[in-house]
Amino acid sequence: MVSGRRTALAAWLFLAPALVLLAAFSFWPVGFGSYLAFTDYSLIRPTSSVGLDNFRYIFDNEMFVTGLKNSLVFLLMVPFVQIGALGLAVLVNNRLPGIRLFRAAFYVPVVTTVSVVGIMWGFMFHEQGALNYMLMALRFVDAPVGWLSNDTLALFCIMFVTLWRGLGWYMVMYLAALQAVPAEMQEAAILDGASRWQRFWKITVPMLHPTIMVCTILSVLAALKAYQEVDVLTQGGPMNSTFTALYYSYDQGLKHLKLPRALAASFVVSVFCVGIAMLCLRYLKPRQK
Amino acid sequence: MKTRTVLHYAVLCAIALVCVFPFWWTVVTALSTEGNVFAFPPTFWPKSPSLANFEEAFRVIPFLAFFKNSVLIAALTVFWKLALCSMAAYPLARMHFRGRRLVFGLILATLVLPSEVNFLVNFITVTKLSLVDTYAGVILPNVVTAVAILLLKQAFEEVPQDLIDAARVDGASEWIIFTRIMLPLIAPWLATVGILTAVEAWNEYIWPSIVMSKPDEFPLSVGVLYLRGTFGSSTRVIAAGTVLTILPTLAAFLFTQRYFMRGMDGAVK
Repeated sequence: MVSGRRTALAAWLFLAPALVLLAAFSFWPVGFGSYLAFTDYSLIRPTSSVGLDNFRYIFDNEMFVTGLKNSLVFLLMVPFVQIGALGLAVLVNNRLPGIRLFRAAFYVPVVTTVSVVGIMWGFMFHEQGALNYMLMALRFVDAPVGWLSNDTLALFCIMFVTLWRGLGWYMVMYLAALQAVPAEMQEAAILDGASRWQRFWKITVPMLHPTIMVCTILSVLAALKAYQEVDVLTQGGPMNSTFTALYYSYDQGLKHLKLPRALAASFVVSVFCVGIAMLCLRYLKPRQK
Repeated sequence: MKTRTVLHYAVLCAIALVCVFPFWWTVVTALSTEGNVFAFPPTFWPKSPSLANFEEAFRVIPFLAFFKNSVLIAALTVFWKLALCSMAAYPLARMHFRGRRLVFGLILATLVLPSEVNFLVNFITVTKLSLVDTYAGVILPNVVTAVAILLLKQAFEEVPQDLIDAARVDGASEWIIFTRIMLPLIAPWLATVGILTAVEAWNEYIWPSIVMSKPDEFPLSVGVLYLRGTFGSSTRVIAAGTVLTILPTLAAFLFTQRYFMRGMDGAVK
């Protein structure tokens, strides 16, 4: 490391371009956006403050309230994603022939753009799509199910698609963590006669605790902020049943150009996110030894 | 032991099927010439496969323009991200200066900030800067990311100090040390960040659809939905467009799998 006046100057020059862009496109939107949530901003007339009016409006609005509820329902996905991803990581953490192929297969949904995901799952969930055909062939259902046109099922279909897209990403995180668990620890436990199950719970899980914590928080935040899958699968329908809180924000802000309302909605989501992240940090923290 | 392995493979195959099946079905649909994706019962194998649907996709949408836009957006994002993020990561890793911890904290904070709907305000910014309908407007907000800076900072920290000291003794400036010594030494990490960024930029969907207002400026990720909107009836052509859209990222992923499999772990430490 070097220090001194000249170094400080060099350091700031190196950092400057990145900091300017971060300030303009990461911090400014949060700061200015929060301010606009309390105004009647529009492109055609001068801005004035309206206090909490935007918040009153959205909390009286059925679409936003449904959206907020749905965003909380999305949290139900978190345990499935995390336990599923950890399970997958354990399944592929070995040198069986062809295992790289399986890892790739599990990761492919992650590298697929969300618009394509929407098209493909649109085909799958269509009334005459593959899913209905298979279910009917297996005689689980008698008539085709309208997966995305049923106002109770559609939300769960979207949640399933987010699970499908997310599993591989978290699997890679867990796989890296699993490969960092020292082999000697496992070997010592085998010598001591520990069963597979015991080794998993007494060695692997405690070693993975930091990764589990980080992944769980990321997954909680992702669940609260889900909206892209809604856009490409149902656009909030049928009968506004699949709105999420941020989809409302996106819908109002971009499709209806009601920016203050949209920003008020995203402000509410941010408060939820920060609150829940703090709760997670508090209760999932690894015990200090 | 034997049955255990068989069972293991059976579970792996079942899950892999769920992951890959939508892709398979889309490919089958794209290659089919009779019936369509909603035929009942559906076909799981292409009947008389042909490339006619691909020709049709090329005919009905400006496919090459979309492709060119995607390539340019991905390439420019990769170049500028590598340049600016490595420049930012270097002093954070190897120099002492007042405010270093503060800057690092600010960069970390962007990971927690609710950035998903930044585009609402960013669109105002981009409009004020007259960058609507430009590549610069599409790439600028995505160029600097905390994850890239963290990964590259980690990489810079692993370079032995002796090399830098020797260069200083020879009178090399910080810029020379950075470009001639540091960057070549962290090339594998630049490759990792570059590939992850390329795929991310290729897949970016919401932001380009906001900045680019004219159809012939769309990247593939946006244009493929345009195909669904305009020619909603011909599912086989949509399927063909879908296949063409994801082919480059799938190929990139399959050939550089190891970069993806190790990509994120450095950032999370």
